[in-house]
Amino acid sequence: MYDMKALYEAESVQHAIQLLIEHPEAQIIAGGSDVLVQMREGKRAGKELISIYMIDEMRGISYEEDGAIRIGSLTSFSHITKDPIIKEHINVLGEAVDMVGGPQIRNIGTIGGNTCNGVTSADSASTLHAWDAVVEITGPEGVRRIPIHEFYIKAGVVDLKPGEIQTAIIIPKKSYEGYKGHYIKYAMRNAMDIATTGCSVNVKLSEDKKTIEDVRIAYGVAGPVPMRAPSAEETAKGKPVSKETVKVFAKAVLEDINPRDSWRASKAFRQHIAVVLAERALKESIRLAGGEVDE
Amino acid sequence: MYVGKKVTRVDAYDKAIGRTKYTDDLCDKGAYIAQILHSTIAHGKVVSIYTSEAEKIPGVIKVLTCFDLEEKHYFPTAGHPWSTDPSHQDVADRLLLTDEVKFYGDDIAAVVAEDEVAAAQALRAIKVEYEEYPFVLDVQEAMKDGAPQLHKDYPNNILKHTTINKGNYAEAIKEPGLTKVEGWYETPVVQHCHIENFICTAEMEGDRITITASTQIPHIVRRVVGQALGIDWGRVRIIKPYIGGGFGNKQDVLYEPLCAWLCMQVGGHLVKLDVPREDTFVSNRTRHSIRSHIISWVRPDGTFAARKLEAFSDQGAYASHGHSIVAKGAGAFPQLYPCDNVEVDAYTVFTNKSVAGAMRGYGIPQAMWAVESHTEEVAAKMGMDPIEFRRQNLMPVGYTDPFSKNEMYYDTFNQCLDKAMAEIDYERKYKEYQNQTGDIRRGIGVSVFWYNTAVWPISLETSSCRMVLNQDGSLQVQVGETEIGQGADTAYAQMAADVIGVPMDKVHVVSCQDTDVTPFGTGAYASRQTYTAGFSIRQTGLLLKERILEYAHELTRMPSYNLDIIDGEIVRVTDNRVMMTLGELATEALYSLTNSKHLTAESTAQIKSNAYSFGCTIAEVEVDIPMCKVKLLDIVNAHDAGKLINPALAEAQVHGGMSMGIGYGLSEKLIFDEKTGRALNNNLLDYKLSTFMDHPRLKAVFVENEEPTSAFGTKALGEPPACSVAPAIRNAVYQATGVGVNEAPVNPHNLFKRFVEEGLF
Repeated sequence: MYDMKALYEAESVQHAIQLLIEHPEAQIIAGGSDVLVQMREGKRAGKELISIYMIDEMRGISYEEDGAIRIGSLTSFSHITKDPIIKEHINVLGEAVDMVGGPQIRNIGTIGGNTCNGVTSADSASTLHAWDAVVEITGPEGVRRIPIHEFYIKAGVVDLKPGEIQTAIIIPKKSYEGYKGHYIKYAMRNAMDIATTGCSVNVKLSEDKKTIEDVRIAYGVAGPVPMRAPSAEETAKGKPVSKETVKVFAKAVLEDINPRDSWRASKAFRQHIAVVLAERALKESIRLAGGEVDE
Repeated sequence: MYVGKKVTRVDAYDKAIGRTKYTDDLCDKGAYIAQILHSTIAHGKVVSIYTSEAEKIPGVIKVLTCFDLEEKHYFPTAGHPWSTDPSHQDVADRLLLTDEVKFYGDDIAAVVAEDEVAAAQALRAIKVEYEEYPFVLDVQEAMKDGAPQLHKDYPNNILKHTTINKGNYAEAIKEPGLTKVEGWYETPVVQHCHIENFICTAEMEGDRITITASTQIPHIVRRVVGQALGIDWGRVRIIKPYIGGGFGNKQDVLYEPLCAWLCMQVGGHLVKLDVPREDTFVSNRTRHSIRSHIISWVRPDGTFAARKLEAFSDQGAYASHGHSIVAKGAGAFPQLYPCDNVEVDAYTVFTNKSVAGAMRGYGIPQAMWAVESHTEEVAAKMGMDPIEFRRQNLMPVGYTDPFSKNEMYYDTFNQCLDKAMAEIDYERKYKEYQNQTGDIRRGIGVSVFWYNTAVWPISLETSSCRMVLNQDGSLQVQVGETEIGQGADTAYAQMAADVIGVPMDKVHVVSCQDTDVTPFGTGAYASRQTYTAGFSIRQTGLLLKERILEYAHELTRMPSYNLDIIDGEIVRVTDNRVMMTLGELATEALYSLTNSKHLTAESTAQIKSNAYSFGCTIAEVEVDIPMCKVKLLDIVNAHDAGKLINPALAEAQVHGGMSMGIGYGLSEKLIFDEKTGRALNNNLLDYKLSTFMDHPRLKAVFVENEEPTSAFGTKALGEPPACSVAPAIRNAVYQATGVGVNEAPVNPHNLFKRFVEEGLF
């Protein structure tokens, strides 16, 4: 039994926007795997809910005209993992969201909900950051698109103005073409867990696979919101594929990240793991891109 | 014969299709909902509670606080048999609701409402004022002079201190040429995490109160409810339906008395109290965290000259099962590796933490963590093989404990070690994993364990059984020992079928227990159900059989000693002629116009024995050093639980215990905030109960040495599987890395700390 004041069922994106304007205090609910848990804990008790779960136009994965990959915000984790477009171009995203919770959560949980929560530990978030994803937001004024790192304002807060909902996440063609990536979720057990730290890396290698043309790395739980590690990226761009490059890259992440001490893990431990993850995720990304790091 | 066979569980079908009824399934939908307000300080006094806002909420029936108790009946909660000797009775230190807060999560008020939403809103609307006292969370800090005091009758917070002295430790350590090995070992606070949280309902009829509860101990609950409410025990009726796990948490009286009291405050209306998971962690019971200090003095030949153990058991805020837990481990210490000169000091100490009670293994998982981590260090320091060192020093055949009279009848340890080693290919792996380098290394480790069955001679051991013959020759069987998911009903049906001589499908074990009708018994604990119930089932079965054959004699004129019951038929044994079916006999007996008899039997067996139940675990791991992670590759438990009544159920029991041991060894720990005393991870996300994905295939092997004290040759298997898993994993990590982690669990936090200390990074 949940303590909700009212539940409004949106039938379309426009209807959802209208409901949001009519009920400015209402909480949007999609799969409910976060909202209902918070409601049970008393945090959102007594609230009005606007369900967007039945809006099928917000579901599914397709190409846009310019070749960008469009992921509807209501697409479930399990659908992302099994989608052929994702498997072909950005398989790492499918792998990352396959590490969320357990099978039931992955069937009900959506990528839109995962990002709109604004939590740093979301398994999709570091990979979306590492692939320069763009967030599509629809509101009373129409549609706007912003880079994902601008979407996250601070812990638990994202850039959604009154009446707005997130309708899609887009991976531009230049962000994915020629890149291969790897995500490592570091958690305390192998299922049903949130990340202690998550690290997503991707690379674009030169044609002869000897040089790193581009590299991107992003973390979850290395700061209050998911973040890139620009200093580390700079150390490896244009550098030869080598053990040395990987080492320097991995160490450099410490200049960028800012994990905190908490009962969940100490700062020293998180920093240590962040370096190990950077090294291993880069090595694996290079391998997936056809390169080889000499041991 | 059914004993010894892999018979399908009697409740398998109903459980598989979801037809079994648990407490909540039986509760009428019109029940009022009770919820408890817990303290948000760790130590202090409730000055006032403001309930007026809560009372205004629609649907709220009543708000009751610690100030509404008319009389203060302090009561004990431990699921121990009552002692008629006041000096052996459990400590009575709980109230239904208290104004003297002793831990963060203590029970101070309760709400009764029409539904869950109104109850939750009411809890949030209650305002409490406290007078706060300083609090203490560490067991040894709590013992210091000047530490915050929890209970006025227990100076320095020491609930109890016991010692064992054998030989002369102080003299023995003077022997020349001894090597001293010393270590500190610590186990965490963990919780049972049974799938069904504790739940109970209460309603009145006349002046009697009926409580349906998810409990392991219905007859004990009846007594404690009577004590807590100050009413006659006979006015209380406890019903125990199927339960979704207990593991010792439900071997305590939890909220049955409070639920009964709340019911009485609302005119006897049905009240349901369903504890949320978060409260189950904090305000039910936990496993005692025990810090142990062991010193061994070892001769060059690898024998022990003298040993010493100091153990500090963290009781939390109230006495519950108290000192019995650490005392059990302390008692095992001089027995497992016998030594002529032993000193043991065991302390149980109050702290301002959640209350520790019974949990599967009852102090032995903690003791084995300390003892078997230490044994590994001794073997390493002496340059001896860990298996050979154990074989040389373990309890030998013929060893008899002077107190319990338990005897080591067989070469159990060697047999179990041999079987486990063969199963996991130990010798090859151990050799292969010596002296590795690199980031990723493998190791294999062993731990043995000591356990015993039942509680004699410390406590009462009794079992009562009733058998009733139906018209068709089938029978109803009732015992006071409870089915709590372990499969006890199936074992009872197998035993009863064999004793009487009927097909198993003719035996109906009454699973739901009701203290109004179920024969007296103290419930499920101490791995005693099969052992203890076996005596009364055999005794009662023989009694009933005698009556049946007596009646058969009257019908057939054959001497009863020439008759037997075989497979549900009355057989003349001299020529194996079938005289009649048992059904024909029973029909005649019940409906006879000349000699009508209801053939039944009921008897109590008092058990004045106990039995050792030993075994071991071998675990194989892969350690990723930079990642500070342990992957469990393979694991085997070997047990000598005597004759197995049902090998399939025995295997399942071992798997469950191993799973619990894996969490204990690798991931589980309830964490308390140093600043507030609040539990920080009291939910199944943040508390790292291990999952299916953290388990390799679990292997169980058995040595079936028939236990001579037992009615069916069997002995403890409920708790033993959880006793040696964690130290075996710890010792495997030790072989892989050369780093011993003496603070459980061997999780990434503790590995990181140890790897930094040992300079691995």
